[in-house]
Amino acid sequence: MAITYTSGEQVEVYRFGIAATILIPLTAVFLQAFLPLRLHFFSIFDLPLLVTISFAIARRSQVAGIFTGALIGVFQDALTHQPIGLYGISKTVVGFGASSLGIKLDAENAGARLLLTLFFYGVHEVVYFTIARGLVSLHLEWSWQHELGSAVANALLGVLLYALLDRLKQRT
Amino acid sequence: METVLGRYRNLIVLVGVLFAQVLGLAVQVKRTTDIESSRLIRVWAVGAVSPLEKALVWAQTSTGNLWHNYFYLRGVRAENRELKQQIEQMRIEQVRMSQDADQARRLQALLAFKEQFISQTRAAQVIGSTGSEQSRAIYIDKGEKDGIKPDMAVITADGIVGKVLHVYRSTSLVLLISDQTSGVGAILDKSRLQGILRGMPSGEIALERIMTDEQVPAGELVLTSGGDRIFPKGLPIGRVTKVSTGSDLFLNVRVKPAANLSKLEEVLVVTKVDERQIAPDQAGPARAADVLAERLPTVPPKPAEPTGAAAAGAAPQPGTGLENKPVQPKPKAPAPAGDGSGTAPVARKVATAAPSAATAATTPGTAVKTPQKSVKAPVEPKPQPPAVESQPQPPAQDNPQ
Repeated sequence: MAITYTSGEQVEVYRFGIAATILIPLTAVFLQAFLPLRLHFFSIFDLPLLVTISFAIARRSQVAGIFTGALIGVFQDALTHQPIGLYGISKTVVGFGASSLGIKLDAENAGARLLLTLFFYGVHEVVYFTIARGLVSLHLEWSWQHELGSAVANALLGVLLYALLDRLKQRT
Repeated sequence: METVLGRYRNLIVLVGVLFAQVLGLAVQVKRTTDIESSRLIRVWAVGAVSPLEKALVWAQTSTGNLWHNYFYLRGVRAENRELKQQIEQMRIEQVRMSQDADQARRLQALLAFKEQFISQTRAAQVIGSTGSEQSRAIYIDKGEKDGIKPDMAVITADGIVGKVLHVYRSTSLVLLISDQTSGVGAILDKSRLQGILRGMPSGEIALERIMTDEQVPAGELVLTSGGDRIFPKGLPIGRVTKVSTGSDLFLNVRVKPAANLSKLEEVLVVTKVDERQIAPDQAGPARAADVLAERLPTVPPKPAEPTGAAAAGAAPQPGTGLENKPVQPKPKAPAPAGDGSGTAPVARKVATAAPSAATAATTPGTAVKTPQKSVKAPVEPKPQPPAVESQPQPPAQDNPQ
């Protein structure tokens, strides 16, 4: 579970094909909307967030991370009845943060990915709740137990998902 | 300048993207009543996802139907037999309930009650959810082209589900009653206490605005009150599971929804709710007072002489026209209880039997001409209401004096 600090020259930068770039986020949002109806426990996962982190770490480009997070978040927002921008802003911040850390850290091993996902899940939730309460005046209830459980569940699923997505990324 | 821009390019992009989204949020929050400002994005997103969802749901349903309708028919014969027995039992129950319903309609007519009833529904398949724990809503496969409109109630056979929030061409977003922004007018079945049903952040639902000095037993049925003008009155919502004292003056009443909100597959959208007032002629003769008045004896013209003595219960005065007439005992009236007047027991009986007279309004009147004892009491109720008539009474003439 070693997180290695590397220079920008040492880390490898990857890219995804156009089809994967479009279809993977679409599939993630679709599954996120469809699966909880059949598997109720699935609502604790946030597949679009995992895809955002995965893309940002692999590409290691902050601008790409920002736009990936923003687009996926806005897409996710559009399916809810809440104002558009809550997930958008949260995932924009996560996309920027993950790509920034991706430049500095070697996140190719499972342990590093687990910790990164735990951390960014927390960042995502803090930003989301802050905006929801501060800007939109939604009365959301923060539960440490629920958030920690969700963070661990997402981190574990993230490790599996990143391994799956590794097969689709191409070295630049 | 170019160096600064180049150096902080990523940060500037981040700030720009965040600013644009915050600005968009502010616009949407200001216009809370409509979704026009973000409708295009929502239509695109829903349009991208819903065809896939519909296709998957269709495939799943078709496979299930194929299996259950053509292959897996084990136990169908026994089930059919049980269902037939159930039908027989329900027919018997239906007869009894129809009588209760008739009575209820008569009473509603007396109160000029406006009845709300579901006159048209549209079955819809649940095809997706929002995928967010902060937005408890579902998508159904019926939309604008199917006649769905915002604020229509969505129900199942078990209970209410939610209301239509956004309508698209062929899909609609239904806000569940467990969402935090949802609110339903509710009434407790037995105690008739009214409150507002709201979703909690945890996904549970709670009945609010019930004062702490009220008694709410666990297990009591919660129904829609009709006060929200979305759900017709009397639909089941759920049952009270837990009651605790809240932080303020209100009770904290948790309700378990009757419909399983986490496993919804098919729902009914209430597309038309009619409201009608029951006409009195629909419910037979209208008022109990009218019925009684019809059956009361006619009042003779008031004599010219003052009747102070009559009021005191004295013997008939000469010249009143009553002194020559024998005071006959009332037919079928019960024997005087010993107070000597002979009128009070009858009056009491009529008073207590008045409600039953309303229900026996269709019985032919049996007005009996009775001699007027006193002109002071012109509308003294002396005839026998049905309740009195039903009691076996010997003829008054045969009563031993």
